[in-house]
Order: sequence, then structure tokens, then C-alpha cells
Amino acid sequence: MSGHSSYEPTNPALKWLEARLPIGGLIHSSFIVFPNPRNLNYFWTFGGILAFMLVAQIATGVVLAMHYTPHTTLAFASVEGIMRDVNGGWMLRYLHSNGASMFFIAVYIHIFRGLYYGSYKSPREVLWILGMIIFLLMMATGFMGYVLPWGQMSFWGATVITNLFSAIPIVGEAIVTWLWGGFSVDNPTLNRFFALHYLLPFIIAGVVVLHIWALHVPGSNNPTGVSVKDEQDTLPFHPYFTVKDALGLVLFLAFYSWFVFFLPNYLGHPDNYIEANPLVTPAHIVPEWYFLPFYAILRSIPDKLFGVIAMFGAIAVLFLVPWLDTSKVRSANYRPLYRQFFWIWAVVSVGLGYIGAMPPEGAYVIIGRILTAYYFVHFLVILPLLGLFEKPRPLPASITESVLGKGGAPVTAGAPSAPQTK
Amino acid sequence: MASSATAEPTRRDFLYIATGAVGAVGLAATVWPFINQMNPDASALALATSEVDIGSIQAGESVTVKWRGKPVVVRNRTEQEIADAKAAALSELKDPIARNANLPADAPATDANRAAEGKENWFVMVNVCTHLGCIPLGQEGEYHGWFCPCHGSVYDTAGRIRKGPAPENMAIPVYSFLSDTKIRIG
Repeated sequence: MSGHSSYEPTNPALKWLEARLPIGGLIHSSFIVFPNPRNLNYFWTFGGILAFMLVAQIATGVVLAMHYTPHTTLAFASVEGIMRDVNGGWMLRYLHSNGASMFFIAVYIHIFRGLYYGSYKSPREVLWILGMIIFLLMMATGFMGYVLPWGQMSFWGATVITNLFSAIPIVGEAIVTWLWGGFSVDNPTLNRFFALHYLLPFIIAGVVVLHIWALHVPGSNNPTGVSVKDEQDTLPFHPYFTVKDALGLVLFLAFYSWFVFFLPNYLGHPDNYIEANPLVTPAHIVPEWYFLPFYAILRSIPDKLFGVIAMFGAIAVLFLVPWLDTSKVRSANYRPLYRQFFWIWAVVSVGLGYIGAMPPEGAYVIIGRILTAYYFVHFLVILPLLGLFEKPRPLPASITESVLGKGGAPVTAGAPSAPQTK
Repeated sequence: MASSATAEPTRRDFLYIATGAVGAVGLAATVWPFINQMNPDASALALATSEVDIGSIQAGESVTVKWRGKPVVVRNRTEQEIADAKAAALSELKDPIARNANLPADAPATDANRAAEGKENWFVMVNVCTHLGCIPLGQEGEYHGWFCPCHGSVYDTAGRIRKGPAPENMAIPVYSFLSDTKIRIG
């Protein structure tokens, strides 16, 4: 799928530029005429939504940094200053803090979409791994951003998460001291977290470029999982998918705005409006909601080192999914068993998130352990075995056939153009 | 160079590898300051001692002081607490090592090795959970020692881990009695 460019500028200035830097042709072939499978559903709009959220987080973040002071004596007060004194500061901060949650909602839907439709399978393994690297970078960025307001949850979240590294034998303590720049979470820690929180989104943007590049080699997967066979199976990116992505984005922004303007603190924690106190731990420490499933896995293992290994393993196993899934069929629509196991896994993952928010006692501990075990069994046992035992349903001969039925000819009547004959 | 599978290595091969090695050492030497700058700086290291007046601490009371950004608890233990701590056999302990910076690294976690030397009522400890760094609450939990609210670790009256996910006894910092009523931590 080359996205062969037919870009020929007529404007002399653009012609002059194109001969020296063919950027117009690159944009034209990547985002105007790029052929996408014609059957993409709304789950495929989350890539565009994520690109928007990254830009939105960088834009709101840069202006917040103009008013924020990364020092333990001033950080909390400067955030309150943003809320009360800075013109429109409350909105910029709520856009940024809720934007992080929206970013994670979108990325989780994007990842679930990939898992359901087998978007990680050959030839998209590198695309999948780049996506997982972005996910890891997002988690690091989100974690460090949550430390910056220097509230109680900021401080104790930072303490607990950095202490995870102390589980590493022999060098663990030295690594934690190095991360802190002292003997506890303190000013050096806050200062470096601010620097890195500012840097990482630009690293993410770089990996996003690689992610899109890797996407544009094989092109998008689609709900049937059947590869594009000829031009009939595709439609040009513009206007078909620019418009579809725009509608998805507008609906998503309505959801985002609902949180920003009506529930701005719903996804936060009230303890973070108490300034950090290194001598008092809040009674119930919870991370941000998007870390809860992994936090539940950490707490389910009654051993410090193995708890940390399991938590990182829960992410590491996602990197290996292209090789753990042995089935040749991509889409769960044609895999009757995988489809059921996918939904069980999805419910288990959300269940882990619920357990992560609950205190670690009584039945929650037992349920957490069962769900943790199932999470790993899904990837390490069920996924490899399903490919061997499952009998997939017959696949459509082509994307066009799945849309229009057997022998159906593409309907072009009333369409402003007939792209498949272009 | 490409067909060196059978041929003897040449002077050129040696120079090629030697140049690369010098370059690698130079790169590592350049990168190191960028990594090392994140280690504790001189001002963080300068805060490494603090002195505490313990004259006014009655039996059953504790004072918490900040040392290296962490809370250090200085407790004047009651007779009951000392008796409880002494009653625990080493075999019952999850971590049998004293974790006392004033003693050899392999000293057993007896109450005598945890409390101040020759002053068994005085107990000085870094009040940081060895699981993930929360501050356990004093005189709470099943053993009436410390209880960590974060992930449920239970410590006894000598700060030794008895139940829960924490792997080690809470640390005893380096400290010394400057007089009967004054100690220096660090």
C-alpha cells in the first residue's frame, strides 16, 4: 500500500519548495490519498483522537509550565495560584489533568481494539511494539505529572512507585537513592520529575511518528482482519476518514468537556488537595485510575520482589502478544472461542482496576489473586492454545464482499465521486 | 578485513578495534556525569546528622524527628513492650537479621540487638515501611508495635516485621548517646 502520490502543485512557490523538500507530496500521500480499508468502524477513530490528545496535553502543559514552580516550598501554592489567580488557569489545569485521563481512556480503547481485531499480527508486529513503547512512556509521563502538584497523593504515590525499584536485589537501594537525588522523595525529585515530565511528551511525539510510519507500510487492519486485495477494498483518507475521524473526535471532546466543566475532580483524589507531608502517610493510598489494574497485580502477590516482577510482567506480556497468539485469523469476529475469551479478559482487566481501588483486605485480596492469575493465564496459556484448537468461521473473500455481500458491485450512485475508479 | 575468517588479523584490524574501544571509553566517561548528577548532592549529604533531646520523653511516649527527609522515631518503651519484644523467638520472625546499622550486618534480630545498647527502654528506628516506603502508624496492629496502612504490614514493639508484604525489619539508623538525655542520629 504505497499511497502513491499524484501530488503535482500548480502554484509556482509550492513547485519550487516541492523540488527542494517534497513535504507536500508526503502529506498528500499519507493523509489525503492514503488508501484505508472501506469497512473501518468507529473504533478506528481512536488513533486520530490520541494524536489530538497528545497535542492538547502539550499545548495545555506548556502554558501551565509558565505559571508553575517546581520547588517543594512553592509547588502546591503555585498550583493553587493557577486555580485562583491565573486568567483561565482553572480551565487550563482541569483540561490538562482530565486530559491525562481522557488520553488513557482513548489509549485503552485503542489497545482493546487492537487485541480484538488482531491488529498486532503479521505484518504489524513492529507497529504494535511501538504502540506499547508509547503506552509505557505515557505511564511514566502521567506518573511524574501527578507528582507535580505536590499534594499528599503526589508525594506518597511517588514514594511507593519509586520504592518499587528497591525490590531489585543488590543494586535496588542505590537505584532508588539515584532516582530521588537524596534519601527520600524531596526537592531534587520534584525538580527532575518536572524536567522529565516536560521532555517525555516530545519523545512520545517522536515514537508516534514511527508508529504512523510503521502503520503506513501495511496500512490499517480492519474489522474483518482480511488484508486489502485491490483498490476496490479501500477509500482515500480524505474526505472519507478525515470526516469519520472528525466526528469521532467531536463526540470524544464532548465527553472530555463534560468532565472538565462538570466533574473536574471526579477522577482525582481529595487527599491531593492537602499539601505533601513527609511525616504522615494518608490512610488509603491509591494511584491514578489508569494504573489501578497494575497496582492490583502488585498487591496480589504477597512478596515484594515477585509483586514488582508480576506488575511489570503484566505490561511485558503485552509486548509478546504477536507471538503468543498462534492463530492465523486476525479478527475475533471470525474466532468464536477467542471472541469469548477476549471479553472474559476484558472484564478481568476492569475487575483488576476495581480491586486496585479497594483496600487490600479480606475478599478483595482473594479476588485480586484469582484475577491476576487469570490475566496471565489468558496470555500465556489460552492465547497460544486457542490458535491450535479453535476452528475459525469462514472468512469473506475480500473486504468488499464483507461490506456488499457476495457478487455485490460497489454502489457509486449518488456519491460525489467514484474513488475506486480513480 | 571482511574475509578475515581464515587470514591472520592485520594491523588495520587491531587499529580498528582499538579506536572503537577508545571511543567507547570516551563515550562512557562523557555519559557518567550526566547520570551521576542525579545522585544526592552535597547539600543533601550535609543533612546527614541530627541531634535529639530525649530528656522529656516519658515511658510509653515517642518523638519523631526528620533525618535525611525520613521520620526517625525515638521511643521510650514500656516494660510491657520490652517484655513482648523479648518473648518473640527468633524462629518466629520473618526477617531474622537485626538491620541495625550500629551492629555487624549479620547480627540476629533479638530485642537486645534492636534496642539501644545497655538501655533497653530506648528504641530508635527509621519509621519507614520496608515494603514501599509508607510511614507505619505507632502502637497499632496485632503486635502493638507498628502497622502500615498502605499494604497491611504488621511490625512488633521492636519494629520487626511479623506479617504482611514487607520483606525486612524497619532499619535502625547509626546513632549514639551524647549524654543520658541527648542522642545524635547519623
